[in-house]
Amino acid sequence: MAVAWQDELRGIYHIAIKDMRTYYLKPPAISWGMVFPLAWTLAFYLRNPGDFAELVPGLLAMTIVFSTTAAEAVVINFELRLGTLERLLLAPIGITSVLLGKVLGGFLFGLFTTAIVAGASILYLGLHPDILRLALIAVPSLMVFSSMGALFSVAVKEVFEAQTLLNLPRFLMVFLCGVVYPVSALPEGLQLLARLLPLTYTVQGLRISFFEHGDPLLWRDFAALLFFLILFLLPAIRLLHRRFR
Amino acid sequence: MPGGEPAILVDGLVKRYGELLAVDHISFQVNRGEIYGFLGPNGSGKTTTIRMLVGLAQPDEGHARVLGYHLPAGISQAKRYMGVVPDVSNLYDELSALDNLLFMARLYGVPREEQKPRAEQLLRDFGLYERRKDRFSTFSWGMKRALTIACALIHEPSLLFLDEPTTGLDAAAARSLRSLISGLREKGLTIFLTTHYLEEADLLCDRIAILVRGRIVRIDTPAHLKRLVQMESLVEFTFRGDILPLAKELESRLGEAKAALIDPNTIRIYGGDPAEVFDTIFQFSLDNAIGIEAASTIRPSLEDAFLKIAGLSPRVTSAEKSPGKGRR
Ligand SMILES: Nc1ncnc2c1ncn2[C@@H]1O[C@H](COP(=O)(O)OP(=O)(O)OP(=O)(O)O)[C@@H](O)[C@H]1O
Ligand SMILES: [Mg+2]
Repeated sequence: MAVAWQDELRGIYHIAIKDMRTYYLKPPAISWGMVFPLAWTLAFYLRNPGDFAELVPGLLAMTIVFSTTAAEAVVINFELRLGTLERLLLAPIGITSVLLGKVLGGFLFGLFTTAIVAGASILYLGLHPDILRLALIAVPSLMVFSSMGALFSVAVKEVFEAQTLLNLPRFLMVFLCGVVYPVSALPEGLQLLARLLPLTYTVQGLRISFFEHGDPLLWRDFAALLFFLILFLLPAIRLLHRRFR
Repeated sequence: MPGGEPAILVDGLVKRYGELLAVDHISFQVNRGEIYGFLGPNGSGKTTTIRMLVGLAQPDEGHARVLGYHLPAGISQAKRYMGVVPDVSNLYDELSALDNLLFMARLYGVPREEQKPRAEQLLRDFGLYERRKDRFSTFSWGMKRALTIACALIHEPSLLFLDEPTTGLDAAAARSLRSLISGLREKGLTIFLTTHYLEEADLLCDRIAILVRGRIVRIDTPAHLKRLVQMESLVEFTFRGDILPLAKELESRLGEAKAALIDPNTIRIYGGDPAEVFDTIFQFSLDNAIGIEAASTIRPSLEDAFLKIAGLSPRVTSAEKSPGKGRR
């Protein structure tokens, strides 16, 4: 059995690495991953010039969401359509590991993209985030949104369907989760809705890691993100299993 | 891997898609070192059977053991020793031939130092070495097929599944692929392949199972099956008028041979002595004053031949194709 585990882990690793190499430079992944969050943040800044540093947690949160979900839509739906995903299942790898490999690939792409955006903003604006706390929020967030992308992708057949379907939660979250307006500024009903969306906890956690290092609320954000990870990952695995019954 | 057992042992396997029985209680055994063919027309359940044996689909009933491992529980162990060539060549378009092979080698845990030498050897064996750096998407159909087979061999499996390996290849490419397949058997591989062509099965296989509508209707040596199929004569007559009302009479006159109405004017006659059949039909047309418009002998379609071999009436086929026109 130990050997079987090795097979699965090796599979997860190589699928993730292959996806990074193969799909990173695909136009949809790049444009959705980086360009949109930057453009959105800049537009907001130009309309409302002030303290740009305030916008950095939101910018990173958006980068996390858009890079990971865009990557998943591409790596899962291209492969489902071309039948290469089936090919992966012929190797001594379970369906669960194939999906985990895909989620890990999206995670790595998101990490890469977010690290660039974070590094650039930190250096340019001379910010001093608590790097450990930043990682404590960014890492599970990348996993959460990569899994969310996977979940929406296995539910449909084509890349464009996945991208379209994903726009609903993506834009809902950009408006409601404190990316540009604080959640506390929203009407009460929308505040409640914001609490049900994972990005709220990402933004809040990132804000703490940038500006309020000691705030213990960070742990609540971390726990909430783990909860969302399970909430997205399990049904994604279930749905993919169903395709090969 | 448990040794000594047959490579594949299947007992009462069933796969349903809704109402459709895609695979209908099939049982067979593939011995080690043998090339075993699944021969059958479109939609007879060949691919579905392979998908169940390689873990891409779950059987609804029955048991299967592959390389001694019970399915589905032992599928992950069995996969280590199985190579699979699906009916479509589904490798990565964006990767080069070499990178596709290397990726597969990594997935199967081929030792690092062996990955490249094995990949390059396979590229040479399959005549693709010169094109190793080109993307898969730039390959012709036949080259894609060849690379897909090479990828299935990268982890040196002991059992190889080939779903229609030569479909879509020109005669020369098919021939060279067949000789590669024969070469693999020499190396001790067990091969399970599907095909539409009796000729191909005859050239490659030690034994053939004939599959019709999800059922194995016969398992035999290719030589034997070929003889049976060739014995099936088939003659078709088109009359100048409707012979539906005369069908009963015609049938009684034909004796040994069996008739099937294709449409109200056309009848197909299976078996019997062709000379006698012509005689009978000629007399029949004179007696009923109904002229013959056309007569032809037809090579039996594989399905017709298989149905005959299986002892199933081809009439059932005609009745299905043209509802209401079949008799009885
Ligand atoms: N995923 C599926 N959903 C529904 N029906 C299916 C599915 N896969 C196969 N079938 C049906 O099962 C039957 C057997 O199909 P299968 O692909 O196994 O045939 P085959 O012998 O491989 O045919 P071919 O020679 O055309 O490849 C067909 O009637 C087909 O329509
Ligand atoms: Mg098929």
